This record gives sequence, C-alpha cells and structure tokens, in this order.
Amino acid sequence: MKTDDLIKTLAADTVTRNWPLGWTFAVAILAGFACALAYFLLELGVRANASESLGTVRFPFKFVVTSALAVPAIVACYRLSRPDGDLGWAGWAMLTAPVLLAAAIALELFSVPQDLWGARLVGRNAVPCMYLIPVMALGPLFAIVAVLRYGAVTRPRLAALAAGLAASGLAATLYAAHCPDDSPLFVATWYSIATAIVVLPSVLFAPRLMRW
Amino acid sequence: MPIGNRDDVWGELMRASLAGDEHAYSAVLKGITPAIRMAARRGLSRFGAGESDVEDIVQEALLAIHLKRHTWQPSKPLTPWIMAIVRNKLIDSLRRRGHRVHVPIEDFAELLPSEPVEQSLDAQEMSVMLEALQPRQRELVGLIIVQGHSISDVANRLEMKDGAVRVALHRCLKAMAAHYRSRLS
Repeated sequence: MKTDDLIKTLAADTVTRNWPLGWTFAVAILAGFACALAYFLLELGVRANASESLGTVRFPFKFVVTSALAVPAIVACYRLSRPDGDLGWAGWAMLTAPVLLAAAIALELFSVPQDLWGARLVGRNAVPCMYLIPVMALGPLFAIVAVLRYGAVTRPRLAALAAGLAASGLAATLYAAHCPDDSPLFVATWYSIATAIVVLPSVLFAPRLMRW
Repeated sequence: MPIGNRDDVWGELMRASLAGDEHAYSAVLKGITPAIRMAARRGLSRFGAGESDVEDIVQEALLAIHLKRHTWQPSKPLTPWIMAIVRNKLIDSLRRRGHRVHVPIEDFAELLPSEPVEQSLDAQEMSVMLEALQPRQRELVGLIIVQGHSISDVANRLEMKDGAVRVALHRCLKAMAAHYRSRLS
C-alpha cells in the first residue's frame, strides 16, 4: 500500500466520533470507583465507631495516606495516557504516601510501648485487609487499564505501575473506613502487602494490553 | 517557513479536522508525512538500521496518529505529539529487528525541516498494512483509494449502505493496527 493511498483511506474514515480522552478518563475513574464503592456499601460498610474516631489522629491519618497514594497515581495515569504526556510532579508525588507512612511509623514507635508493637502491627484485620483491598481494587484497575488502552501510552510499565497504585489507593481509601485497625504499623504492613498484590499483576500483564 | 509557524498551521488544520473537516484532515496528513519520513530515516540511520523500514514506520505512525487522534489536546502544539508517536513507532521497528534501543526524546523534540526527499516506490510498496485484511476488506479499501473520499460511490459499488461502509472501513484500520501489534510479540 502506498503512503498516499493510506492517507486517502485514513481521511475517508470519518465514522468515529472519538470521545475526548480527558472526559473518558474521568468517567473511567468514577466508574471504577463506583464499583469499589458498591462492594464496600453492600459487603463492608463504615465501621461502627467511625464518627467518634474522626477525633483521633490515627483514623483520619489513614485517609491522608491512601489519598496521598491515589491522587498522584491517578494524575500520573492521566498524564501517561497521552504520547506527549509529561509525568511532571506526579512521579515524585507518588512517593508522598511511603514518606508519610515512614514518619508515622517513627512517631508510633515513640508513643507506643514496645510490648504493644507486635499487637498493633498484627491488629485484628490483617487477613481481610490483604484480600479486601485487592478485591475492591479490581474495578478501578480494569477501568484505568481500559482508559489507558484507549489512550496511547509510551511508557507502559510505568503506566501499569501507576494504574496499580491508583487502584490500590482508591480501594484502600474505602477499606480504611471499614477496618478497625488504625496503627501506622498495621497500615504500613498490610496495606502495603495488599498494594503489592494489586501492583504486581498490573505491572506484569497490563503493559501488553496498552500496545497500540 | 519557520518550524513554529508550520506547527501553528498544522495545529489549526488538525483542530478543523477534529471538528469534522475532511479536507483539512487530508491536508494535515499530507503535510506532516515528509517530516515523519525524515525523522524515521534519521532515527534508523542513527542505529545503523537500513532504510528499508522507513515507509513502514511512516505508515504505522500515520495509522496511529489517525486512530489515536483523540489523545492530542487541541490546546497543545501538534508537533511534539506527532513526534512522540513517530519515536514510539521507530522504537517498535528497531525492536522488531532485535535492537535494544533507547532513543533520546530530544531527537524528536521538533519536526526536522523536511527537505524534499525522493521516495523510493519500491520501499512504499513493501508495506505490510494490507496483509491484515480479508479479501473483501481489501476490495473496500481499494475502492476508497480509487474513488477518493466518496463513501457513497463505494457503497453503491458494493451494494452496501453508507453507514455500513464507514463501519467496515474503520474495522479495516483497526485490523491493520492489530496486525501491527501482533508483529511486536
């Protein structure tokens, strides 16, 4: 096929009314989050003492950490969805959550007697945490990978990593409202494992889906 | 014409294209092709790869530009977006040939000035795009090439509805892109 002929063919293809990527991305995030939220409301629900706990430090801090993961990761996904996209601040900002957690761990170790560390770390909900976050991350992950497919990703591994982090961050934000364990020791351990369970398959399999 | 101005012109044409102006679209695709070819040629020679793949890269880039045109933000300049796509297709092509490559982005920061380069028709014919298509799809694409933009003429010839021809054509292009992806792995 000659290039001029290809151009003729492309110019003749006017069937598609392509949705702008920005709106599509927003819809995908909302749809993915809605899936996670539906599961959360039907199966888990907000924990009983949530409103009193808002007065504590540790409970609200969980949402600070999970949002600090979700927001930059979502922004990173959005920027990586275009071939000329520039990651900008979103790349480094994804490190905010681990840095916050590290600081919180240090504070926790100072303020809690040593013989309680183990109990705080294991908490009550370690096992549910490890599978409920990945379960709730499924919807957001599929939605984000789908919209990255619709875009044109030039750094697929990085995009897959960001997609996994974004999905985990969204799921963990919901899960944090359900889980009775608030210690940074618990969050750093089990939320991180849950995040790894989401990120690993994403990094392994999603790049292939982002080819164009 | 300075490169900056040229980008303005093409960006304007591309905006019109996205709003549905077919002639503008045709013009912008024709306009950017020599610059894409130049960038592809330069990229290949940098890695000591032969020029036989130049036209494949050009066509793959054009197809990607077409199918991914919604990823361009009309508020942004067109050139970096196009060159990011060309760079991506160049890397794919080099990888297919077994090179492990890192192509510096700076090489593609701007469209290279497009001196008129004589095209080798042989290289153009070597494109694998049509391998992806069924016989009937090839017939349809063939008719569109011969008949220009007139979908309804093609529809008459094939005794199909206009809408069906449009859908079929779009499927052809997607099949080409899928075929291209399958050659990567």
